[in-house]
Amino acid sequence: MKHVLAVLVEDKPGVLSRVAGLFSRRGFNIDNIAVGETITPGISRMTITVEGSETIVEQVAKQLHKLVNVLKVSNLSKEPSVSRELMLIKVKAEMGSRSDIQQIVETFRGKVVDVSPDSMVIEVTGNEEKMEAIKLLLQDFGIREIVRTGKIAVLRGSKVTGEF
Amino acid sequence: MKKKTIKGAAMILSALQKEGVEIVFGYPGGAILPLYNQLYDSSIKHLLVRHEQAAVHAADGYARVTGRPGVVFATSGPGATNLVTGIANAYMDSVPLVLITGQVPSSFIGTDAFQEADITGITLPVTKHSYLVKDANDLPSILSEAFYLASTGRRGPVLVDVPKDVFDQEAHFTYQVECDIPGYKPTYEGHAGQINRAVKAIRDAKRPVILGGGGLISSGASQALRNFADKAEIPVILSLMGLGSYPGDRDLFLGMPGMHGSITANYALTEADLIIASGVRFDDRVTSKIENFANNAKIIHIDIDPAEIGKNVQIDIPIVGDVKMILEVLEKKLKPGDTSAWLKQIKSWKKEFPMTGGLSETGNLLKPQFVIRELSRLSGENTIVATDVGQHQMWAAQHFIVREPCAFLTSGGLGTMGYGFPAAIGAKIADPDSRVICITGDGSFQMNIQELATAVHNQLDIIIAVINNGYLGMVRQWQDIFYNKRYSQTALPGNPDFVRVAEAYGVKGLCASNVQEATDAIEKALSIKGPVLINFLVEPEENVYPMVAPNCPINDIIVGGE
Repeated sequence: MKHVLAVLVEDKPGVLSRVAGLFSRRGFNIDNIAVGETITPGISRMTITVEGSETIVEQVAKQLHKLVNVLKVSNLSKEPSVSRELMLIKVKAEMGSRSDIQQIVETFRGKVVDVSPDSMVIEVTGNEEKMEAIKLLLQDFGIREIVRTGKIAVLRGSKVTGEF
Repeated sequence: MKKKTIKGAAMILSALQKEGVEIVFGYPGGAILPLYNQLYDSSIKHLLVRHEQAAVHAADGYARVTGRPGVVFATSGPGATNLVTGIANAYMDSVPLVLITGQVPSSFIGTDAFQEADITGITLPVTKHSYLVKDANDLPSILSEAFYLASTGRRGPVLVDVPKDVFDQEAHFTYQVECDIPGYKPTYEGHAGQINRAVKAIRDAKRPVILGGGGLISSGASQALRNFADKAEIPVILSLMGLGSYPGDRDLFLGMPGMHGSITANYALTEADLIIASGVRFDDRVTSKIENFANNAKIIHIDIDPAEIGKNVQIDIPIVGDVKMILEVLEKKLKPGDTSAWLKQIKSWKKEFPMTGGLSETGNLLKPQFVIRELSRLSGENTIVATDVGQHQMWAAQHFIVREPCAFLTSGGLGTMGYGFPAAIGAKIADPDSRVICITGDGSFQMNIQELATAVHNQLDIIIAVINNGYLGMVRQWQDIFYNKRYSQTALPGNPDFVRVAEAYGVKGLCASNVQEATDAIEKALSIKGPVLINFLVEPEENVYPMVAPNCPINDIIVGGE
């Protein structure tokens, strides 16, 4: 099962390599990771998607918590949460296929952000299933490049993941 | 009033003084010159080793004996990388160290400058935490955090890498020993609900055992353990790292568990209905085949590191906290169950399976186990043993009776050959009134043999007992048992005459090749001032038994030919 961990860290030199190093040396797999600032200066939030059993993910969380620069670890998969990912897809688009592509993009509430004589760049946000679905539909036109941000997630309701 | 500024190097020495550091273990070099220049005028002592790895092991031995962080200085590049094994060793055994390394000047970092190595990067997985100091203004808080992190919670090594220009940078110095680190809040008091569950489980247990480890020694829980075990009449099994936290000569003590543990200890763990695991981490050398480990038992696990609980075995009652405090509470709340039938069973196992290896020696061949037992018998109280790694280490663990905590120093987790001798040096410096014996092998000793110079230079009374079988004995034993006696690269035919090597350094050297000579040599060594080496020429192909083969259940024991 995939778990989404929200990890609040001090914005200190080397903190990303400490976290990444922990995963590799303990043999845990990072599915994807997204890092960004929070509302508190000096504190960043890492959203890490981990594949593994309950026991493994518990061990991951405990080991992460031992890192001095890690302030809080929460497993967002245990509570109702909203998660999003941003994907940019560069797809082959000749004159004849553009409107078909446009239709698919609209259905998925995506955006065309760049057009050239033979290609289009499409922006989509959403959860993993949505990403996979649009990828599948666009495949027939010829996908030339995909860039993804990694998943970010937040709890539903007024509860927040950490206050520092 | 404007406060005057001081140099980074002076800050470091002032910080060490405020932390109560009396001695530093180290080796100078280019990038750390400004710190050694400052040290020249300081009252802090310095032990000059002959290889940086020995500095870490000596600081490690010092820390294990005193309970306070050992401090190491080394220079950049190779000086720093030579520390790595020692740091990994201390990390695995949770030993508090503060390591200060010189680094190339800030402006050179990242340019592959002469003697540049990314030591914070290299040591990332084997330090509790590390710092690269970019500004001398940060030094006071970094040093205070380093000492705090090293010596609290689950202890461990902390590295502070200081570029050469930062040693010379002037800044204001105010130092607070106490510090507050937002992401670091160790738990000391156990959860009351879990403690109550533990009390009930102990009351209801018919066949309880205590499985104790190095955490007992780190937290100073030895007396608490004695009180608890004696009051509850629960037998005690100690891992290699825990030896000494319960007296090795008492009836309730069953020895070490696991691969080279006593048969009684392994049977007791297998038959137990309750294991009170205290400051242990269920290493594979203890549990062996994990699926078969203690299947009949409920497990209470007391540990300061929450990540240890449930890591290797499933725990029924987890208690995160300081094992000393928790054992004291458990003792107070204790309602002892009836363990008499169980104790009777254990007594009969102890009688049936005594630790007898090496008793059958006849005539000329000297058995290594005999040497260890003689060292144990003749050395008396207040003896600290430091071992290296291999067969002699296991024989020492089996046959040397350790009565006090912090008196058996050994590389438990990493299994570092070359640890013992420098650790013995650190131990002697930590406690000059204790007798210190380094039990080593001909292989291990040669990994840090150069420290004979350090021992002579400082006239340290250390007995170096080389259990010399001419082999990398433990590896040879595995080749004997699991690889059809194909002794690939385990004989050490180029060994020197250790007595003459010792003499060349100015260390007294003795040799023993039979029982009488062994006893005589030990007695003589005990009466000599300064370092003494005894070369014990023992039976070359003696094996360590009992033995549980890897991935076998711990009650499936090879007893050997005795």
